[in-house]
Amino acid sequence: MLIMRRVAIVGVGMTEFGEHWEKGFRDLIAEAGVRAIEDAKLAGVKIDALYGGTMAAGRLIGQEHITALIADYMGLNPIPATRVEAACASGGVALRQGYMAVASGIHDVVVVGGAEKMTDVPVNDAAAALGGAGDQEWELFMGATFPALYALMARRHMHEYGTTEEEMAQVAVKNHLNASKNKYAHFKSPVSLETVMKSKVIADPLKLFDCSPISDGAAAVILAPMETARQFTDTPVEIIASTQASDTLGLSSRKSLTELRATKVAAKKAFETAKVAPGDIDVCEVHDCFTIAEILAIEDIGFFPKGKGGKATMDGETALNSTISINTSGGLKGCGHPVGATGVKQAVEIVWQLRGEAGERQVKNAEVGMTHNVGGSGATCVTHIMRRAD
Amino acid sequence: MAGNGNGVGIVGYGAYVPRFRIDAEEITAIWGEEASRIKDGLGINEKSVPDMDEDAATIAVECARNAMRHAGIGGQDGIGAIYVGSESHPYAVKPTATIVAEAIQATPNLTAVDMEFACKAGTAGMQCVMGMCAAGMIKYGLAIGTDTSQGRPGDALEYSAGAGGAAYIIGSKKEEIVAELMHTCSFTTDTPDFWRRPGADFPSHGGRFTGEPAYFKHVISASKMLMEQTGVKASDLDYAVFHQPNGKFPLQAAKMLGIPIEKVKPGLVTPVIGNTYSAASMIGLAAVLDIAKPGNTIMVTSFGSGAGSDSFLIKVTDVIEAKRSRIRTVKSYIDDKENISYGRYVKHRRKLKSL
Repeated sequence: MLIMRRVAIVGVGMTEFGEHWEKGFRDLIAEAGVRAIEDAKLAGVKIDALYGGTMAAGRLIGQEHITALIADYMGLNPIPATRVEAACASGGVALRQGYMAVASGIHDVVVVGGAEKMTDVPVNDAAAALGGAGDQEWELFMGATFPALYALMARRHMHEYGTTEEEMAQVAVKNHLNASKNKYAHFKSPVSLETVMKSKVIADPLKLFDCSPISDGAAAVILAPMETARQFTDTPVEIIASTQASDTLGLSSRKSLTELRATKVAAKKAFETAKVAPGDIDVCEVHDCFTIAEILAIEDIGFFPKGKGGKATMDGETALNSTISINTSGGLKGCGHPVGATGVKQAVEIVWQLRGEAGERQVKNAEVGMTHNVGGSGATCVTHIMRRAD
Repeated sequence: MAGNGNGVGIVGYGAYVPRFRIDAEEITAIWGEEASRIKDGLGINEKSVPDMDEDAATIAVECARNAMRHAGIGGQDGIGAIYVGSESHPYAVKPTATIVAEAIQATPNLTAVDMEFACKAGTAGMQCVMGMCAAGMIKYGLAIGTDTSQGRPGDALEYSAGAGGAAYIIGSKKEEIVAELMHTCSFTTDTPDFWRRPGADFPSHGGRFTGEPAYFKHVISASKMLMEQTGVKASDLDYAVFHQPNGKFPLQAAKMLGIPIEKVKPGLVTPVIGNTYSAASMIGLAAVLDIAKPGNTIMVTSFGSGAGSDSFLIKVTDVIEAKRSRIRTVKSYIDDKENISYGRYVKHRRKLKSL
């Protein structure tokens, strides 16, 4: 095993997620980036490299070569700037690239950003761009959309484990409630179970309120070696595990529709690396692109046995300050889902929680947190475990 | 009450709504939607549908004749300008306004022109003739908003796009004015929330973009500008009329401006006749004038996609009572209706290409 340096997050920042009709992509990244740099009190300190996650800027705003743009607008030239794309996991994988760069000793201070500008195009165009996260040839060309793919998983989960539509709806109710306590969230209003259940059917059994929204937004974190982290902050948060796994791009090739293998593999390795167990996690941001995805995630990570995620949600075990606080930011469902930004935003939220800066949605005595970011229908999963460095 | 109206006002008005209606259930049954969701979401129960031989020109003539009857003037009594605002002019090149001018026998000593600014072309025409009357260029000016608005089958617009018209004769003789136009102002930006390209049968719209950055930004800004410029407060208003693309937006706008919804509902006709586009706020104003008392203060704010809002402060005079019985009220047009099937609607709107 290589000797790797310990890595800490020393600064975080994000834009409000939502419909930023009066801001462009470059405005969003600059806003998030500057907030993270200010948070880390980096003035006068050399940033060595930038990693940026964005899924579909080329299709959504016609702009490729996105990290050169980010470096330019954050005033970081001429440092190396690298784009990472892994569909909805782009942000999480970018964070892992930044982590590895610092851990390996190649770079010292690294900024990791994630961004997406999605509301400038009609909804159909956005849905088509997101479709690129699945298997174009075998799924999307055949008429499947992402809601349809997750609906298949939901239906199978209901069949195998008796999970109900109400249990899935409760994920949305819980995440909207958390989002209502987050000033950065796309949706700031709580919703009732009845509202979710009565919302328009998108892909049976998934209804409108089972689906995360199309959002604009950006998030950024600053990484530094643990040994120098206290130069930048009194409250460094150490990344104690960074893992990633892959699975088949299309659903049809998988052995099971009711679990994401990539999640199971990445989470298991993360717990081994961090030397913690699921029960040690105080707060976790999971990838709830659809309500069923949160149920799959909390089972596959190991917080609850397979088939019990829906019931645990309905019983309030995933609510703020309960058994395990899941998606305190509001998740993708409530906080919004600018795809490339999501994985980085999850890290921002966990850092705030571990520093005790999450305000009304603060998890009491949060010491260990986790992020879980999925690409597509589960072909990529990246997880991070973080610990408050006291 | 300061104002730029220079003593001009409405000397006659008239509305017209085709008698056919199609209700939300009839449309949702075709497209597999839930009627209750449409009714709750859009606040529209049914919309007006023109007959096969009705178009923006015939509707303009109907309401113009009503306005002349209300004003008590004939075609040769000094109508010096006709402005017809619509986004469904029957011709791309060839004025609707000349058809109206001939039909009401106002030719040839007048100017006549068509206007287009999505749903606010009619109120823009009112501003034009206000200025011409105030400048002494003309004795009377006729401003009309008329539309047989379009909606692609299956689009959300199909539940809202209605047909109707309203005409206002504006003059400067105090003893003829039923409602003085105290002040007007506009708020305009280039905001592409809704548009129709040349040759396209149906308009395109920016989905959720049509709300906050389009309708609300312009309606609220123009209304606030009017209040600031005149010193009139929300509590001074007896009625407020807003452009009404659906039954919900005007009530939200009222809430944002601190105006009780009871002051908005008398002029809110979209729930029962749909969005009549260029005519929407003008029919709403006509419905209010039908019941308004001398001394009442009314604010009207239109909205046209693209985008802009015209706001008016209007004071009802004693003259209104004497002219009241001369024309059919908006309510009588709303109540006189015949509901039709989707099949007949398709025929009326010529949505079958072979028709």
